Amino acid sequence: MSTDRLAVRKTYKLYVNGAFPRSESGRTYAVTDAKGAFLANAAWASRKDARDAVVAARAAAGKWSGATAYNRGQVLYRVAEVMEGRHAQFCEEVAAGEGLSSSRARAAVDAAIDRWVWYAGWTDKLGAVLGAANPVAGPYFDFSVPEPTGVVAVLAPQRSSLLGLVSVLAPVLAGGNTAVVVTSRTRPLPAVTLGEVLATSDVPAGVVNLLTGDAEEIGPWLAEHDDVDAIDLTGAPAGCAMELERLAAGSIKRVVRPPAEEPDWSADPGLTRLTPFLETKTVWHPMGL
Amino acid sequence: MTHVLDPDAPAAAIPPRREPLAPYRDVTRSDAAFRAFLHGLPGVDQVGAESRVAVLGTRSIKTTAKAWALDAAISMVDLTTLEGSDTPGKVRSLAAKARRPDPGDPSCPQVAAVCVYGDLAGVARDALQGTGIHVAAVATAFPSGRASRAVKLADVRDAVANGADEIDMVIDRGAFLAGRYLDVYDEIVAVKDACGDAHLKVILETGELVTLDNVRRASWLAMLAGGDFIKTSTGKVSPAATLPVCLVMLEAVRDFRAATGRQVGVKPAGGIRTTKDAIKHLVLVNEVAGPGWLSPDWFRFGASSLLNDLLLQRQKLRTGHYSGPDHVSVD
Repeated sequence: MSTDRLAVRKTYKLYVNGAFPRSESGRTYAVTDAKGAFLANAAWASRKDARDAVVAARAAAGKWSGATAYNRGQVLYRVAEVMEGRHAQFCEEVAAGEGLSSSRARAAVDAAIDRWVWYAGWTDKLGAVLGAANPVAGPYFDFSVPEPTGVVAVLAPQRSSLLGLVSVLAPVLAGGNTAVVVTSRTRPLPAVTLGEVLATSDVPAGVVNLLTGDAEEIGPWLAEHDDVDAIDLTGAPAGCAMELERLAAGSIKRVVRPPAEEPDWSADPGLTRLTPFLETKTVWHPMGL
Repeated sequence: MTHVLDPDAPAAAIPPRREPLAPYRDVTRSDAAFRAFLHGLPGVDQVGAESRVAVLGTRSIKTTAKAWALDAAISMVDLTTLEGSDTPGKVRSLAAKARRPDPGDPSCPQVAAVCVYGDLAGVARDALQGTGIHVAAVATAFPSGRASRAVKLADVRDAVANGADEIDMVIDRGAFLAGRYLDVYDEIVAVKDACGDAHLKVILETGELVTLDNVRRASWLAMLAGGDFIKTSTGKVSPAATLPVCLVMLEAVRDFRAATGRQVGVKPAGGIRTTKDAIKHLVLVNEVAGPGWLSPDWFRFGASSLLNDLLLQRQKLRTGHYSGPDHVSVD
C-alpha cells in the first residue's frame, strides 16, 4: 500500500434507538491506545443523550420482553454470529485499547463471543431453573415465573472493554430487559463496534443503547431517573458508587453493587448476573373441581 | 325548501347578510367583491415563513423562562378526546385530569378547557361544574363538515343545549376550495348565531387548504364572519398544526386587530406532542402576534398527549431529575 494515502480519521457516534446519532452536546473526545497514541474520536455523551436513550429503551421494552424466550435466544445467537464476523476488528481494538498481546486479545474476544452464546442459550431455560410450581396448602395451582425488570442502566467495566462489557450486557438482555449502557471511558472502541454489530443483527431498535463517555457525569442522571428500573454499578468510578446507590434509592431501583475491584471476567459467571434483573411473579390459580 | 329535520316547517325567510366590522363592511356585498378582497390579501412567502419559524424555533428557553412557559402552556391546553369510542367514564376521567393535571403537585395550573363531541358535553359540564374550566364541543358535522346547513346548525344548538360554552366548528372546505367564499361566510355567521353566548372557534383544516395563501384567506374569512378563535385543524387530517401555518394565522389575527380593533384567538390543534413544540409555538405567538395573545383567552393548544409531556418536563424542573411515563396518568 502506498504510504502517501491520507489517513481516514474516525469520529464515532453513539448508538441510540437503533441509529447512530452524534451527542446532543456536540462533544467528542480523543481515544488513545494503552501507550497514549491516538486511535479515534468518540462521542462524549451528555445527560440528554442518556434521557433519549432511556426513552428509546422504554419504548422497546414491550416488544423485547414480550418476545418468546426462544425468539430472544435466536436473536442473541445471531448477534454472536455477527460478532464472529468482526472477530479481527474486535481483536485489534481490544489489543490496542487494553495493551494486550495479539494472542491474549484473541483469547479475550473468543471468550466474549462464547459468553454471548452462553447467555443466548439461557433465555428459554430461566423459567425452568428459576421458576417453580409451588406446593401450597390449598386447592390452588401455584407457580412462580421470572419476568424482566424493565429498563436497566449499565455502567460497563472500565478496564475489560469487550469481555467485561459482554459479561454485563448479555445477561440483562437474556432476561428480557432493555439496556442503556455507559461504556468504558478510556476504552470505548470495542463497544462502538458492538453497536455496529447490534445494528446489523436482529436486535430491535432501542433494546440496547450504547453511550460512550463519562460514567461519573451520566451515572447520577441514570441513577436518579424515575423511568429506569435497575442500575448495574459494576463500572462506577471509584468513590461514586455510594452516592449513585443513594440516588437510585429515590425511585426504589434494583441496584447491583460494584465489586471492590474489577473481577477476572473469564471466570464462569453462573446466574449471579441474570437474577438481579428478574422479578418473580407468583400466580395462584384455583384448581376447580 | 323543506328539510328532513322538520318536514312540515315552512321555508325560513333568508335574513339579510350581516356585514363585517368596519372598515370591511362592503367586502361581502357580492361574491365577486368578497373574492376580490380575499385574493387581494398579500401573498404569503412560503420559503420566508418556513425560514422565520426555523429561526424562532432555535430560541433557547431555559430555567425560569421555561418554568413560566410550562405553566402557561398547561393553562392553554384544550384537553381533547374525539374518538368514536369515547364513553362518559372516559370524559369524566379527562375532566378529573383537567382539574388536577398533576395530583402530586397542587401548584400545577389547571387546563383551559375539555374538548369533546357534542353528545358528551353534558357529562363534561357536570364533571367540571364550578372549576372555571370551559367545555368545548365540536359540531357542524365534525370532522368532514359534509352535511346540510340545517343539520350543522342543529348539531350546534344541540351541543350548546348540552352545556358546551365553546363550539369548535369546521368550515366547508369544499365550498372554500371551489371559490364559493360567501357560502362559507354565511355558514359561519349562521353558526355564530346558533352559538348564542358560546364562543365560536372556526376550524380551517389547513391540511386540506393546500397553500399558505389559502390559510391567510380562510383566516380573514373566519374573522370577518365573527369567529372568536381560528383553529388550524380537526386533528383527523395530516398534516395538522405546523409552525408556518400558525405563523400565517398569527399574522392574520394581529393585522385584523390593527384594522378593526377586535381581537381573535388562535388555536393550533393536532400533532403538537412535545414540550419543545409547544414552546416553539409560544415563542411564535410572542414574536408575531405579541404578548397580548399569551393567555388562555387568546391562545390554546388542542392536544391530548401534549399535556403528559408538559407534566413530565414540569416534574423534571421541580425535582431536578428525569421523570417517567409511570408518573403521569395514561389519558
